[in-house]
Amino acid sequence: MTRFWPFLAFVVLVIFLYIGLGLDPHEIPSPLINKPAPAFTLPQLYNPAKQFSSEDMKGKVWLLNVWASWCVSCREEHPVLMELSQQHIVPIYGLDYKDKNPDGEAWLREGGDPYTLVVTDANGRVGIDFGVYGVPESYVIDKQGVIRYKQIGAITHENLQQKILPLIAELQSK
Amino acid sequence: MKYLFIILIALLPTLAYAGQAKDLAEDPVLEQRMVHLAKNLRCLVCQNESLASSRADLAKDLRQEVREKMKQGMTDQQIIDFLVSKYGDFVLFDPPMQRNTILLWYGPFALLLIGLAGLVYQLRKRRKAVPEVHLSDEEAQRAAALLNEPKEPQK
Repeated sequence: MTRFWPFLAFVVLVIFLYIGLGLDPHEIPSPLINKPAPAFTLPQLYNPAKQFSSEDMKGKVWLLNVWASWCVSCREEHPVLMELSQQHIVPIYGLDYKDKNPDGEAWLREGGDPYTLVVTDANGRVGIDFGVYGVPESYVIDKQGVIRYKQIGAITHENLQQKILPLIAELQSK
Repeated sequence: MKYLFIILIALLPTLAYAGQAKDLAEDPVLEQRMVHLAKNLRCLVCQNESLASSRADLAKDLRQEVREKMKQGMTDQQIIDFLVSKYGDFVLFDPPMQRNTILLWYGPFALLLIGLAGLVYQLRKRRKAVPEVHLSDEEAQRAAALLNEPKEPQK
């Protein structure tokens, strides 16, 4: 028996290393989950003279998607958002993060616009309030204005079906 | 004419005025305080770099945020609390002692204790594994004879 101990220790080590490989170090759990979403008022992308306030969304479940024309993964995510918007399940609000308005507009002309409304965060201030550290990031916000889920990185069909849509359905029924 | 031309050429580099690093010189005391604080904060983009040394866009923005909060009169602790509230304990290079970090802080000592316990156990077992041997009279005589043999002359 004793001669198997080193082997057993080795197996345990391998299991730990294997789990470690599967973790994404870029996914940092957000402390904002189940906390009120930071309130913001930002100019709209298509009409910068007009402001949008997050207070207007009280009473609705909505998805806040942080994106930018310079963001590579956003291209991967975009078709998924386009599909989601056509299903009219949940309003998607875009936050164009640290971008130039013409670039953002051109990007949406090119790939289609899945958003109910897009606001611009040119200096990234609201991004800091939301703890954004990499684009794209998406937040599911409930009727009370509380953040219930944060997707770090692109929304895929997989996490949309498994996590985001069931959560939205649950929150909407409340 | 030729010399004038040379002089003009020589003066050209002065036109290359770099409008960078302006915010650095603005308030050296504040800047020092900011850098001191940012050294202990982690950049979220390039995770093994501090907020002070990172050149990532977000780090630049966060440094500016820290500067402005300092100008507003916030203490270092208040600024750290603000960043932790947004980005979590991950921004701290020095993780706090709390429920989910107990293993991190005391894990190594626990492992050391387990190792020591294992060592003590093994040593005790070994002592038991070598029992006291009782010699019969015959064996004792033989042993004595062997031990009392004259030594070979040393070379």
